[in-house]
Amino acid sequence: MSELAMRPTHAAVMIGRCVRLSRRNIDAILTSLLLPVILMLLFVYLFGGAIQTGSAYVTYVVPGVLLLCAGFGAASTAVSVTTDLTNGMIERLRTMDVGATPILGGHVVASMVRNIVSTVLVLGVAVAIGFRPAVEPLRWLAAAGVLLLFLLAMSWLSAAFGLLARTPEAANGYTFMVMFLPYPSSAFVPVETMPGWLRGFAQHQPITPVIESLRGLLLNTPVGSAPARAAAWCLGLLAVAVLLSAVLFRRRIA
Amino acid sequence: MLEPPAVELVDLRKSFADLVVLDGLSMRMPSGGVHALLGPNGAGKTTTVRILATLTRPDSGSVRVAGHDVVRDRRRVRRTISLAGQHAALDDEQTGAENLIMLARLAGLSGRAARDRAAALLERFDLTDTAGRRVVTYSGGMRRRLDLAASLVGTPSVIFLDEPTTGLDPRSRQGLWELIGELAGAGVTVLLTTQYLEEADRLADRIAVLHGGRLAAEGTAAELKRRFGAQRLELTWRDAASFAEAARRLNERVTHREPARRELSVATDGSAPQVRSLLDEVDPDRRGVVRFNVREATLDDVFLALTDRPGPGVREVANV
Repeated sequence: MSELAMRPTHAAVMIGRCVRLSRRNIDAILTSLLLPVILMLLFVYLFGGAIQTGSAYVTYVVPGVLLLCAGFGAASTAVSVTTDLTNGMIERLRTMDVGATPILGGHVVASMVRNIVSTVLVLGVAVAIGFRPAVEPLRWLAAAGVLLLFLLAMSWLSAAFGLLARTPEAANGYTFMVMFLPYPSSAFVPVETMPGWLRGFAQHQPITPVIESLRGLLLNTPVGSAPARAAAWCLGLLAVAVLLSAVLFRRRIA
Repeated sequence: MLEPPAVELVDLRKSFADLVVLDGLSMRMPSGGVHALLGPNGAGKTTTVRILATLTRPDSGSVRVAGHDVVRDRRRVRRTISLAGQHAALDDEQTGAENLIMLARLAGLSGRAARDRAAALLERFDLTDTAGRRVVTYSGGMRRRLDLAASLVGTPSVIFLDEPTTGLDPRSRQGLWELIGELAGAGVTVLLTTQYLEEADRLADRIAVLHGGRLAAEGTAAELKRRFGAQRLELTWRDAASFAEAARRLNERVTHREPARRELSVATDGSAPQVRSLLDEVDPDRRGVVRFNVREATLDDVFLALTDRPGPGVREVANV
């Protein structure tokens, strides 16, 4: 069969593989599904009472927890990519002429699937404990778009981290950054409460416009330029991540 | 049309940073049969296999697999070969059948054909009973069998096996040897690297000995033994005293010694006149030697003879 004709098959098979492996990876399921829910409960019931946001804390915190989910989901993507590199699977696939795009794309799509499932779960629990978003279908669609774009960027970035790391443990370490980034942002506390030097960072890092967009779109409040800035950040990060993975892939595998 | 050689290397060179791994390696392996790449650690076996399997780019030299250049025609090479590396590259959390079906689909088979191919391979490698179990539960031998089965999904004509039996118990190793022999019998060219001389001796039709990134010798096991491992006369002595005395007297000429069995060996060409005169020389009173044996060289002797000195190409480029 010709090269071009094989590509869709390769992509489909690789996606199927990664989704199946995700489903069977109990550790990753617990981290990417249960941990965000637990963290949300923690924030709402433990810290929420002490944090003044001008609305019910659960309403304030949900967008942040959704992004935290993405961080956890991303972590296992990096670990899976590094595992494939270290156990020889990528070499086997390369000698079978499977391209870099289906190999990494399989992991990215599986990461998206995991994240979408955990997002739905978190939203469900959030509604159960008092989260009341505005019913505004077009804005929901826009929120979903922003979130998906963010997930895509984070997933590719993690795949690139996975190619950078020498061991699965190291890959896990790299993703710490992605998991930590939501904290110094407007995800959990209003940035106005932070000291000046941190506020500057929090206002201008990629997570904040994403959070502001989600919050505004879900609660039907004005969003200003936040969605545009969020999209610009995500597309920029995505471009960097895709480029970086292409370079790293070629360097790790001839 | 004459079939191109399975593998043809001309003046292959490869360095990693300052370390020269392959230093002008040239060799040719005809199509068909089992070929072994033998050499001490660091001789360049794995690098050679990786270059042949299109995973590492050579610095210079020409490398062809079944007539296709591994750099320019890497696509075509990939459709011709398969590689089973040092670790069984399989998904632990997929079942044996799922692994094979996945790889068969990637090799271009339709869903149905892939399932049939997986079933046939599982049957052939005696894994049908465990096909539905996740690979994480497999024993070392079962993993290697599945790995070998996995490298056959695409019906390759040349298979590279990098240390296929490392870490296996003797029974599993035996089983894998039989499977590799069957593969070659079915017309596939097998190139394996190994540290086990017995494995090369048992399995390989032709053996290439690598040393210091170059070809030290090449031929059938019998040819190599004839050329590089002289025969030896093994002498058993009556008692510990005569053994010690002979060991002292022959000193430098002793090639092997086994004090526990009071055995000493000296070099011989195996001819009757030479053996007779040797016996007279080492035991003039005819009281010390109680038994003698003319031993054929083993592949171990060949290996030691060829790799006992610094290799022709072993050098690190000075970093000044």
